[in-house]
Amino acid sequence: MDIGFLYSTFLTLMAALPTTLALFALSVFIGGLLALLVVWMRVSGNPVLSAFAKVYIFVFRGSPLLIQMFLIFYGLAQFSIVRHSFLWPYLREPFDCAVLSLALCTAGYSAEIFRGGIRAVSAKEIEAAKAIGMSGFLLVRRILAPIAFRHALPAYSTEVVLMMKSTALASLVTVWEVTGVAQRLISQTYRTMEVFLCAAVIYLVLNFILLQAFALLEYALSRHRRAPSFATVDAAKTA
Amino acid sequence: MSDALPLSVRNIRKSFGRHEVLKGISLDARQGDVISLLGASGSGKSTFLRCINLLEIANGGEIWVDGEQVRWHHKAGRTRVDSQKQIDRIRSNLGMVFQSFNLWSHMTILENVIEGPVHVLKRPKADCRAEAETLLEKVGIADKRNAYPAHLSGGQQQRAAIARALAMKPKVMLFDEPTSALDPELVGDVLRVMRALAEDGMTMLVVTHEMGFARTVSNRVVFMKEGLIDSSGTPDEMFGGAASPAFHQFIGHFER
Repeated sequence: MDIGFLYSTFLTLMAALPTTLALFALSVFIGGLLALLVVWMRVSGNPVLSAFAKVYIFVFRGSPLLIQMFLIFYGLAQFSIVRHSFLWPYLREPFDCAVLSLALCTAGYSAEIFRGGIRAVSAKEIEAAKAIGMSGFLLVRRILAPIAFRHALPAYSTEVVLMMKSTALASLVTVWEVTGVAQRLISQTYRTMEVFLCAAVIYLVLNFILLQAFALLEYALSRHRRAPSFATVDAAKTA
Repeated sequence: MSDALPLSVRNIRKSFGRHEVLKGISLDARQGDVISLLGASGSGKSTFLRCINLLEIANGGEIWVDGEQVRWHHKAGRTRVDSQKQIDRIRSNLGMVFQSFNLWSHMTILENVIEGPVHVLKRPKADCRAEAETLLEKVGIADKRNAYPAHLSGGQQQRAAIARALAMKPKVMLFDEPTSALDPELVGDVLRVMRALAEDGMTMLVVTHEMGFARTVSNRVVFMKEGLIDSSGTPDEMFGGAASPAFHQFIGHFER
């Protein structure tokens, strides 16, 4: 083992970490907001909105993310209307295209995950909310969304971990994130094993932190499901 | 205090598909009335209660709560309410207690009780909390304020649900078979709370199978049969032998 080489590789890859994290954070954030919009359309009861949401979810779940990314980065530039639009300064940037395609894709998956959470909310708890005079956004904000989010959290944490790994695809549209830099290092050094191992460890550590955070969140949000003794101890602590 | 009746229902009709569940029901509740709604399952009593607080929208008739009429219109065989805002306001004046409690599982008992006052009535949280503590004291579960619904017995959950409804300071309390989902030994605690509420002068409409409650706590008994009011009267009149043959046959099932 060449510790010195591993160390310098690690430092080089870490320099690309901010790019990976930015890709990840932006696409999860934008994709999450988009997912809320899509799931709202999906369960709205309006047949046109619902059909649009179904098609959206099918297209983005049914085709490879890599192809979606290529279509946005290489494909859109073929249309002069795109090249002359106000969006062109963004759509010619590899980073912006990668965020866009990651966000669009995760929105499709997340919308379905959120819909599953909504379906799991007991109709009785909704009726109780209506019976005290709640409706519309207030009912969603106070009752429906908090319960649905708790149901959706385990599946959503998996989706977020997948997104962390999917940022590696951005290297194929020339974004210099961790995987892209690793490939560049390999083409210069031909030391595939060490470099990719280093990259894999970085992703593992990131996802370990992410999963711990989700586990903590899930723990904090599921006090009502644990044995009463734990709940009263927790309640006594916060009281 | 207004002279208006807390609750007045005129000629309510409700169908599910081609099945007519309510065929024209009228009922007035004066201030402090405790009305027991009795009837075999399928007689429409729960549907009637759910029509009053608009969890089901009736196909025809009038509903007045505290002098305010529910505004709706009929179009192409369907009934639509005119204003969701009005519905929300009227519902907040009607406390509803469900057969299966329907507490919000992710909130503590105290959070369940202050939810409506804080977020629907938009009252200061500290006031609501103080009132909620008093209510929980009253229904005998003050020590459970920080527990979650899943950690309580059915009887405790139902008393928490009653406190939640009372926290809205409703004009009328509606009870939909409040003790039917409880183990026999837990029924008494809930009935005691309801009896105390009646003695405080709360206007109550109670769908129940508890003949003891109907006989001793309510001042009016209404017997429903096949979507209509078959007979009604004071408990003495109804249980004393003057009631209809159908009611006698019905209460016969309870005297084993």
